[in-house]
Amino acid sequence: MQPKSPPNPGRRKFLIGATSAVGAVGIAGAAVPFISAFNPSAAAEAAGAPAVADISKLSPGEMIIVEWRGTPIYVVKHSEESINEIDKNLERLADPDSDTDVQPVYAKNKYRSRKPGISVLSAVCTHLGCAPKYYPELGVVDFDTEWQGGFFCPCHGSKFDLAGRVYAGVPAPDNLTVPPHYFKSDDILIIGEDGDVA
Amino acid sequence: MVTRLMNWFDDRLPLTATIERHLTKYPAPINMNIWYLAGVLLVVVLVIQLASGIWLLMNYEPTAEGAFASIQYIMRDVEYGYIIRYMHTTGASAFFALIYLHMFRGMMYGSYQKPRELLWVLGWITYVLLCALGFTGYVLPWGQMSFWAAQVIMSLFGSIPYIGEDLLTWIRGDYLISGITLNRLFAFHVVLLPLALIAVVFVHILALHEVGSNNPDGVDVKKYKDEDGVPLDTKPFFPYDVMHDLYAIGVFLIFFVTIMFFYPDGGGYVIEYVNYEAADNLKTPEHIVPSWYYTPFYAMLRAVTFPLFGLSAKFLGFVVMAAGIAIFVALPWLDRSPVKSIKYKGVYSKFFLALFVVSFFVLGYLGTVTSTPGRTIAAQIFTVTYFAYFFLMPIYSKYEKCKPVPERVQLG
Ligand code: HEM
Ligand code: FES
Repeated sequence: MQPKSPPNPGRRKFLIGATSAVGAVGIAGAAVPFISAFNPSAAAEAAGAPAVADISKLSPGEMIIVEWRGTPIYVVKHSEESINEIDKNLERLADPDSDTDVQPVYAKNKYRSRKPGISVLSAVCTHLGCAPKYYPELGVVDFDTEWQGGFFCPCHGSKFDLAGRVYAGVPAPDNLTVPPHYFKSDDILIIGEDGDVA
Repeated sequence: MVTRLMNWFDDRLPLTATIERHLTKYPAPINMNIWYLAGVLLVVVLVIQLASGIWLLMNYEPTAEGAFASIQYIMRDVEYGYIIRYMHTTGASAFFALIYLHMFRGMMYGSYQKPRELLWVLGWITYVLLCALGFTGYVLPWGQMSFWAAQVIMSLFGSIPYIGEDLLTWIRGDYLISGITLNRLFAFHVVLLPLALIAVVFVHILALHEVGSNNPDGVDVKKYKDEDGVPLDTKPFFPYDVMHDLYAIGVFLIFFVTIMFFYPDGGGYVIEYVNYEAADNLKTPEHIVPSWYYTPFYAMLRAVTFPLFGLSAKFLGFVVMAAGIAIFVALPWLDRSPVKSIKYKGVYSKFFLALFVVSFFVLGYLGTVTSTPGRTIAAQIFTVTYFAYFFLMPIYSKYEKCKPVPERVQLG
């Protein structure tokens, strides 16, 4: 026996539409856990807790690496000489006044630091995330003939000055990020929080 | 006995019919040449990768703490573990070498043209899957190169305007590459991507057997058939092709095991030396170089050093690199030539195909060395010539003068 053609096409259409809509909502709902599970887990977020560094033993020109949220943070104590010469090659920098918002307000100054003489910089190259290397020496280096000291990224050759300001004409678009930080005392640096005076 | 068994199966499953259609009686053009071996060898390598991969998995530990040590354990303490591992690393390079040859064959003989567009698209999907497999697999040993390659490649997503940073954190599952990232890439490498690859290869071959193989002359062999409906210019796959495929597989395996036994590092190309150092999230190696099979695209990424149309150089580089891989899929619609095979196409097609090959190799080389201003300019020029092959094709393939195509295939 031939099945009769549906008596009420309008109703069929409605039912197909309603079923599809409910199905779509179901699929969207089911997608939520699959998509959300990709976000940083609670443990990964907790690992974002502030890092503490003792900078009492840091002598001028020296750098220590502190790990915060799994990323390297460079803490550099500058020498008197390099602080005085910080304005020397402004014309080679892409953003000398730190106009791009990659630092807390308290680091938006020409040293890009909260405490003059101490730079706290995220060592994640703003190009594709390698860790730039610290080259404090001045003069002729492998990658520059008039090097003023700073950071050089081995991955694709981006250059930054001692304050973490990016050179013009290199792949990295922005200055190195200054993470939130404050000095609990003269010797204790806390990375990851702004402290009271934000 | 055997016949009765087969009958029993045939009543329940199209067994004989399937074997005849896809293997024994598949009509293969009589003028197929050495370029037609890459496909079979790809299947062989797929099997090698599956087998060696499953065996590696028996001792590999997918954690940031244990991964590097477990690879050393496989290399030193597991009996023949080093052979299993070298089989897999050599297989990865062989896979890419063959897939490039296989794709180039298609480009030479116009195998992507009607009616093989879908076959070509399916092949291209396997290529993209293979790129993803190569990348995810490379991260698993958790050496210095694994870590920093993952960091750089995943950071590319961070360059997408507006959503980039959030997307990047979502993909990584952390604020920098970490064990969490390793675990998800592991899940992709051992489950998702291989399953997808097997499925697409299967459909690729189904599609091939629907439309039939092309051949070096690019003529339609189905035009002239004998009284049984078998195309005249073809021979059955068994025994003719099976025999010479077996021979080719033998020769291929000789090369394969030579590398596997005697040159497992491939001079630093098959396994990169920096990866003998465990991942260190605080220190980037001096030179980071991708595996050789991605270097042409890596060179394109680095070639874009200037912002354009308000988009950052780094995002544009990402787009150009992705386009370099994606553009192949458009070939069936870029080629306006009435002729399939390069043999009968005009001089422009020949010139641009040659230019494409040169560009591919030069970019491949530039991607392995550190960049200097001169090399960056070279990379820019060859990126342009690489794309010229594709983007100018609708013009040169339409207006050039082709040679007459014979009615039947040519031997010799
Ligand atoms: C895992 C990867 C792949 C496997 C295992 C595979 C396997 C095969 C096999 C066994 C054949 C028949 C033998 C031959 O003609 O060489 C074939 C044909 C073909 N493949 Fe693939 N293939 C793969 C990837 C690709 C890719 C990446 C492309 C192109 C983007 C592609 C395009 C084609 C075309 C156009 C043909 C027909 C060629 C002709 O008849 O002239 N394949 N493939
Ligand atoms: S990651 Fe630093 S220059 Fe590319």
